[in-house]
Amino acid sequence: MISMKKITKQFGDLVVLKDINLEVEKGKVVVIIGPSGSGKTTLLRCLNILEQPEEGSISIDQQTVDFTKRITKKEVLSFRKQTGMVFQTYNLFPHFTAIENVMEGPVTVQGVNKKAARKKAEELLKKVGLSEKVNVYPHQLSGGQQQRVGIARAMAIDPKVMLFDEPTSALDPELVGEVLLVMKQLAEEGRTMVVVTHEMKFARSVADEVIFMDQGRIIERGKPDEVFSKPKEQRTKEFLNLINQ
Amino acid sequence: MKMYLYSSFLSAENIEILQDSFLPLLKGVLSYTIPLTLISFIIGILIAVVTAVFRISGIKVLSAAARVYVSIIRGTPLLVQLFIVFFGLGNLGIDALKFEPFTGAVIAFSLNTGAYASEIIRASILSIDKGQWEASSSIGMSYLQSLKRVILPQAARVSIPPLSNSFIGLVKETSLASTILVSEMFRKAQEIVATTYTPLLVYVEAAAIYWVICFVLSIIQERIEIRLNRYVKT
Ligand SMILES: Nc1ncnc2c1ncn2[C@@H]1O[C@H](COP(=O)(O)OP(=O)(O)OP(=O)(O)O)[C@@H](O)[C@H]1O
Ligand SMILES: [Mg+2]
Repeated sequence: MISMKKITKQFGDLVVLKDINLEVEKGKVVVIIGPSGSGKTTLLRCLNILEQPEEGSISIDQQTVDFTKRITKKEVLSFRKQTGMVFQTYNLFPHFTAIENVMEGPVTVQGVNKKAARKKAEELLKKVGLSEKVNVYPHQLSGGQQQRVGIARAMAIDPKVMLFDEPTSALDPELVGEVLLVMKQLAEEGRTMVVVTHEMKFARSVADEVIFMDQGRIIERGKPDEVFSKPKEQRTKEFLNLINQ
Repeated sequence: MKMYLYSSFLSAENIEILQDSFLPLLKGVLSYTIPLTLISFIIGILIAVVTAVFRISGIKVLSAAARVYVSIIRGTPLLVQLFIVFFGLGNLGIDALKFEPFTGAVIAFSLNTGAYASEIIRASILSIDKGQWEASSSIGMSYLQSLKRVILPQAARVSIPPLSNSFIGLVKETSLASTILVSEMFRKAQEIVATTYTPLLVYVEAAAIYWVICFVLSIIQERIEIRLNRYVKT
């Protein structure tokens, strides 16, 4: 489903991603872990071309972009529609109600009529457990509820891949569970997901593969049990010790 | 002295002048001051949005053009702009550039408002969290779609207070149109003074009318702000 080849991204002189190769099969969940500044967010943002790598290519499903060539805006937009992104800080549209947030993609981008979009948005909000909050503005929702709207919004454009950037790390501890539950449900439905998170329990129970990144490189990858219980690399061990303290 | 001032100000004669002048002044307000303000402001805001978007577009030609326009308007007096549009262009001998006083005033005030308001709108757009651009891009919106659906509505809320101030300022600045023969309220006041020789009385009356208009506008401004703030945590 996803194939990243030789992706290199730099900001000025700072090389943030170095020769990243990543394959994700359809229906699989990949969890990315790693210290702050290791390039996890940048990697996700490259996947929907919020950042443009200098080198390499990315394919999602049938579509490929080769970053060594010139890419048109149209290509970027059409490529981006294949991914749904969930942000650490939710980034809901504050001037829209919950359902309007979810309807925005289908109506404005896909040209779906309002009635059909509303019906679909209602279903999505029901799915994330927010049937009661359809007409409420984001500021009237808890962080966990906002993030669930964020997930529904991302799902509304029928993405082939869902990207999550630390979706629970801005949440109060008691609200983390409800968001992870929704994500777990999506994984069980067979969604292809790339998730940056430090929720080890989630990673262990949901991930098909765990990737450890450091300084812009993929240092180690494998089944969650292997990476968490028997890490091969010294840097992975150090990192796991640090977050398990 | 005090008695004199008092009696001279509110003498029966003066009260009559006040009464007689009120209707012509009101007519100046309704047929020129308010239309001139409203039309110029609306056109000015349209110019301002386009200028602000040009400025932040990242397209060099557009942002340079916007910069030059703003710089010229902000660097020259409104009165001079008014004279250039009306007397200057009118004197070129090109019929299309010979404006009626009202039209000339609308052009000058719109261009002036456009430049100042574009800076307000630009700052408001830049104040919107960059996560909003990212979120709208991530659901596949183009630059213009993001701007229209997500960024500008939020920027509008931020820019309402400063733009209301510009609007109130414009009401008062329309008095400058008296110099190019627009019969707005202040010109009416001048005409009345020319016959009654009571400048203090009539100009204070005109000032009072400006003040009432601005007072009402500031109440409306408050209402709009409350309405726009409904989706924001207080
Ligand atoms: N727009 C940018 N301009 C310049 N440098 C940037 C930019 N975005 C990220 N960086 C730098 O790139 C590096 C990787 O950042 P990134 O956000 O991908 O890390 P991360 O692994 O997501 O970290 P965290 O766990 O703190 O979220 C950091 O050194 C960061 O300072
Ligand atoms: Mg990050």
